[in-house]
Amino acid sequence: MKRIQLLLSLLLFTFCGIAQDYFPKNEELKEDNNNYTAFTNATIYVTPNKVIKKGTLLIQNGKVVEAKRSVTIPQNAVVINLKGKHIYPSFIDPYTSFGIEKPKGKPGQGRSPQYEASREGFYWNDHIKPEQKGIDSFKYDKKKAAEFRKAGFGVLNTHLMDGIARGTGVLVALNDDGGDGNRIVEDVSGQFFSFEKSKASRQSYPGSLMGAMALLRQLHYDADWYSKGNVATKDRSLEALIANKGKTSFFEAGDKGNDLRADKIGDLFNLNYIIIGGGDEFEAIESIKGTNASYIIPINFPEAYDVSDPNLADYISLEDMREWNQAPANPKILSDNEITFSLTTHDLKKPSEFKNNLLKAIKYGFDETKALAALTTIPAQLLGESDKIGSLEPGRYANFLVTSGAVFDKETTLYENWVQGKKNVINSKDQKDLSGDYSLIVDGKNYELTISGKTSKPKSEVKIGETKYPSKLKYSNNWLTLSFTNEATKEIYQATGIVPKEGERITGKLLLPNGLENSFIATRTGDASEKDKEEKEDEDSKPQIMPLTYPNIGYGFVSKPKQQDMLFKNATVWTSEAEGILIETDVLVKNGEIFKIGKNLNPEDAKVIDATGKHVTAGIIDEHSHIAALSINEGGHNSSAEVSIEDVIDAEDVDIYRNLAGGVTSIQILHGSANPIGGQSAIIKLKWGEQADELIYNNSPKFIKFALGENVKQSNWQSFKRFPQTRMGVEQLYVNYFNRAKEYDTKKKSGQPFRYDEEMEVLAQILNGDRYISCHSYVQSEINMLMKVAERFGFRINTFTHILEGYKVADKMKEHGVGGSTFSDWWAYKYEVNDAIPYNAAIMAKEGVVVAINSDDGEMSRRLNQEAAKVVKYGNMTEEEAWKMVTINPAKLLHLDNRVGSIKEGKDADLVLWDDHPLSVYAKAEKTIIEGVVYFDMERDKQKRRAIKDERSTLLKMMLKEKEDGGKTKPPMKKENKHFHCETIN
Amino acid sequence: MKTIKQLLIVVLVIAGFQVLAQQTPAPAQIAAITIKGATAHIGNGQIIENSTIVFEHGKITAIGNESTSSRGREIEAVGKHVYPGLIAPAKALGLIEVNAVRASNDDDELGDFIPNVRSLIAYNAESKVVESMRPNGILLGQIAPQGGRISGTSSIVQFDAWNWEDAAIKVDDGVHLHWPRGFRRGRWWEGEPRGYLPNKKYQIQIEEVIAFMKNAKAYGKGIGVSKNEAYGEMGGVFNGSKKLYIYADGEREIIDAVSTAKENGIQSIVLVGGYQAYRIIPFLKENNIPVLVQHTHSLPSKDDDDYDLPYKLPKLLVDGGLLVALENSGTSNFQTRNLPFYAGQLVGQGMDKETALQLITGNTAKILGIDDAYGTLEIGKSATLFISEGDALDMRTNQLTHAFIDGREISLETHQTELWKRYSEKYNQK
Repeated sequence: MKRIQLLLSLLLFTFCGIAQDYFPKNEELKEDNNNYTAFTNATIYVTPNKVIKKGTLLIQNGKVVEAKRSVTIPQNAVVINLKGKHIYPSFIDPYTSFGIEKPKGKPGQGRSPQYEASREGFYWNDHIKPEQKGIDSFKYDKKKAAEFRKAGFGVLNTHLMDGIARGTGVLVALNDDGGDGNRIVEDVSGQFFSFEKSKASRQSYPGSLMGAMALLRQLHYDADWYSKGNVATKDRSLEALIANKGKTSFFEAGDKGNDLRADKIGDLFNLNYIIIGGGDEFEAIESIKGTNASYIIPINFPEAYDVSDPNLADYISLEDMREWNQAPANPKILSDNEITFSLTTHDLKKPSEFKNNLLKAIKYGFDETKALAALTTIPAQLLGESDKIGSLEPGRYANFLVTSGAVFDKETTLYENWVQGKKNVINSKDQKDLSGDYSLIVDGKNYELTISGKTSKPKSEVKIGETKYPSKLKYSNNWLTLSFTNEATKEIYQATGIVPKEGERITGKLLLPNGLENSFIATRTGDASEKDKEEKEDEDSKPQIMPLTYPNIGYGFVSKPKQQDMLFKNATVWTSEAEGILIETDVLVKNGEIFKIGKNLNPEDAKVIDATGKHVTAGIIDEHSHIAALSINEGGHNSSAEVSIEDVIDAEDVDIYRNLAGGVTSIQILHGSANPIGGQSAIIKLKWGEQADELIYNNSPKFIKFALGENVKQSNWQSFKRFPQTRMGVEQLYVNYFNRAKEYDTKKKSGQPFRYDEEMEVLAQILNGDRYISCHSYVQSEINMLMKVAERFGFRINTFTHILEGYKVADKMKEHGVGGSTFSDWWAYKYEVNDAIPYNAAIMAKEGVVVAINSDDGEMSRRLNQEAAKVVKYGNMTEEEAWKMVTINPAKLLHLDNRVGSIKEGKDADLVLWDDHPLSVYAKAEKTIIEGVVYFDMERDKQKRRAIKDERSTLLKMMLKEKEDGGKTKPPMKKENKHFHCETIN
Repeated sequence: MKTIKQLLIVVLVIAGFQVLAQQTPAPAQIAAITIKGATAHIGNGQIIENSTIVFEHGKITAIGNESTSSRGREIEAVGKHVYPGLIAPAKALGLIEVNAVRASNDDDELGDFIPNVRSLIAYNAESKVVESMRPNGILLGQIAPQGGRISGTSSIVQFDAWNWEDAAIKVDDGVHLHWPRGFRRGRWWEGEPRGYLPNKKYQIQIEEVIAFMKNAKAYGKGIGVSKNEAYGEMGGVFNGSKKLYIYADGEREIIDAVSTAKENGIQSIVLVGGYQAYRIIPFLKENNIPVLVQHTHSLPSKDDDDYDLPYKLPKLLVDGGLLVALENSGTSNFQTRNLPFYAGQLVGQGMDKETALQLITGNTAKILGIDDAYGTLEIGKSATLFISEGDALDMRTNQLTHAFIDGREISLETHQTELWKRYSEKYNQK
């Protein structure tokens, strides 16, 4: 062990030596200083868990020689007595952009999109820049460095924060002297990734979060293909990525959902990303823990809202108010769950905000030792630099803090921040703590002087009995200046004197109001008054933290509802099967399934629900929904088959709850209609309160969205550059892609090496019958066209969605075997829906097409029962057939009719209890059940409303108090899309 | 032969789109008509079972039970329901044909204070969208310009006319003012956060409204001053001959709007929208403000709001004792045909069916100031009414057999029913 230490120090010495050795010096004489510095009598935190009381820290040439209880101090040592003071390794921030400027955004408002890359010899996408070297644009920033040092940091990891693949970073010590040769600890300190596009390019793709994910996946496949020598051309991006393989990879995710998304990509390619989180990890702590990843966590806790105007306060959601209340608990919860994480100043406006936020986290229960580790040993370990930084073990850089006491105490003063053995004074440590009560004798009069506050910034109060004399106190460089005013006579007294190192008396010169000089004596009589302590206790009281709900928004559950067996007694049962509508019938639910349908069933242990006069139906299924997703369109390419809505499910969208309140239990979240070939769908159950992945059907049928007409031609906005611009072009686009997919598939099946292409994989699935198409469609010409294209390639279109002119080609649809999922009565909103008629569903159904009524709209989706009723009005369908259009028919179109869509023994217990005829505008859903779990209950909804009101009122009061107490506040705001930032692609 | 037939269809389709935009308007009523045996929903909360309704020369001349004697042509309607023609306020019907086709949009003119811009002269009496209102029972509408602060002046029309002049039943009935919002969308492209923020210019924008009102009022008193059409058009709202429709949703905005309008001598104020009106019912009552409240088929505007707040909002106002009718200014024109169902939604919230009906008939007529002739089935009023097979407020049963505007029996066919019939025939469907 000792030998290794010796070797290490030798190596490091050599390093320093070399740097000095071969540099000629002309402006001064070249001489070495090999003296030691010894810091004695200090409480030394060698590591967060290794503490030496009254120990000595010995350093030389910028390195730690040793830190021990007793150290033999060499003769040539400068000794500094740190009695009563503490020494900590200085902090490390592993995620900053220190010294590296981000590119300025390119103005692009109103100009038509740029589809192709602007660089040559690099990857095909401008947002992929693994070849970018942070060191190339690094310029040491002295001003910023001082700010960071003041906040306790000694080493920063920095990189060019721009793009999806951002290249490599730089690890730098905040040493103002000596130049980059000394301070650069590592010039390739890992590589960096994010979901955010580069500001330096306007290339459209990826235009969404799911697109960014797909792009990252494809990048890794392409790197693999390239590394095997399969590519004839030169790609400097891929070459850089390949060269940096094995380097630590940092991924800026930015919130809990993106943490999981980044981890998922990492898992696919065996990459252990260190994930830069968002501070909301506590809301999904189980999943976060499940990633087994290490994290870098920002602590930019939200400020309270200024709620002094109730009219404006009304706009703030409970979710956002709670965030203010709960977010400071994030570090504690992460640490309670034994997740490895480091802290960062990232996302803070300035480093000086770091301490207060950290103190807040500690007040919320974050352990101080763990906090210290999260700032020292852990970041060092994450960076793979524990042998150089993060502790005061021998051989490490002499990067340490000298403080007046415990580093995370509010009252503690940071005196010095040493970096690479170089002292940086933050506050003079020789400054004496003057706080206390003094007897001040001036010109024969005896005043009472009280000094309080921080050692470096003391405050004064001067009085005689009840008479106060407004005063000002300044204390720097050992000199004290005090001025005070006699308000009655308007006379000003000015005193100044040196503060002695020892003793309780301060004396000096006094300038009397009459201009004459005199002297003063201030004698310390005792500690400052009690008042301050009381205040302190009050501040230290544990904060009141609102309980977390699932999901953590207004209508979340305090505890998740559980599956239960239940018996609906005496209901009108709409089976959506050949049995039709059964009167006075019981439905028994067991273990999440429909167990039995019949009369006078024995409840056994099931909860009995009296449904007399009420109706029980299968849960409504919406074939075409866009709720509960963070992004819908990847419009950057005319084909985006590689993207998947499953990647971007938003399980916290309140519209899920509202849909449940309308009797909806399953939806297909379709990609938007920006491209002829859209993205893959997510088919989910509305299990409110569960994590996104839990919502997706097990063994979900695979779907993809296609689109025709005005949207894919980009007819209704100013874009003239993207193919296709006509319906003629749409056909050729499909033919082209399917030709290519076929060639791809043939090559793949032949066993030859092939470049793995996610987009082609998905298209090949269609050709092989493993993936179904739901195609956005309006006019008959294009509908017919797509069926012909499919027939030419030997597959079948599964569903035409919207299909507003389906009635014109219903016979052809029947023949092709495609279903129709349509609006009940929408039209007139654009040119291609001129001939849309509300009789469409009826005509198609009568012609033998499987027809569903869908919403494509978060409002309409919660009244799909009423939309189905319109089919009775327009086209005289029977009520039973109409009802099937929102239950078993969409289930058939989604290939889920063996599981859901009807009331049949053995199927999932996805049921709705209605208080009235379900097709009536008067009906309300009383209970909505998925797999035997009651996710919506009208009675429970009332309790939730009450709870929301109460919690809002509590939080409003807390925020008002925060403002009264001088806390920072921000103006009220109603969020549109909570996770979106300006540069975030949705 | 087949090709010729197909060609003919194509020609017809094209012609249908371009020329044959609406059913031929019905001729004036000559002979008396009696509707016998239906349940008559008066539109004022009353109902007459097994009713007899007689109308002549466009006006209702008798209404009562089975003992009332018939006159003229008798329409047998036992088991059916008769309703006053439904009224759609605050819409741009006939000003927009296809939303996405700019050339077909005439609803929103440039300028912030342009009360002199009049909807009536741009109203397309042959609009296919207007035509599609009638088979659902909507026979009258207030055509309102959109956008800006004061977007213009509306007129009230009936939906079976050759041209706008024939369609008008009340010309230039009101001025439409879109009140500034205290909370506005952040301009994220300028670096503001995405979402809604307090509107720092709110007070300034109110000052602009006040300045316009004061100038308009002063202008009215001047003699021989140079012409200012915008100020001139405001005369009616000061002398009470025109209403001022103020669009506002937030509690504070509503209070500001009503107070400002009152202070500036506006005689007759109607609140439009009123999302948070339920919180200040006593204020609205005290100031005698009727509300055209936002329709029921919309989403709550805040995450923490009750999921059914839009469903029950009109009921809360009615229960509070306000004069209330439904509007759907926030939706596309074509949606207006769902007006009866917007009212139907309230029944599920516990409102009496006849009260719900008032919100799209009698109350609307009162608020718009056309209740002397429209909105209810009463002697002396216009025979603007329809017969439905069943409950017109429920989708399943809203099936019209007859509709009359001023006693004229109008066609219930539309571009859409024609296509339905043509293609039903193609497939031999029944």
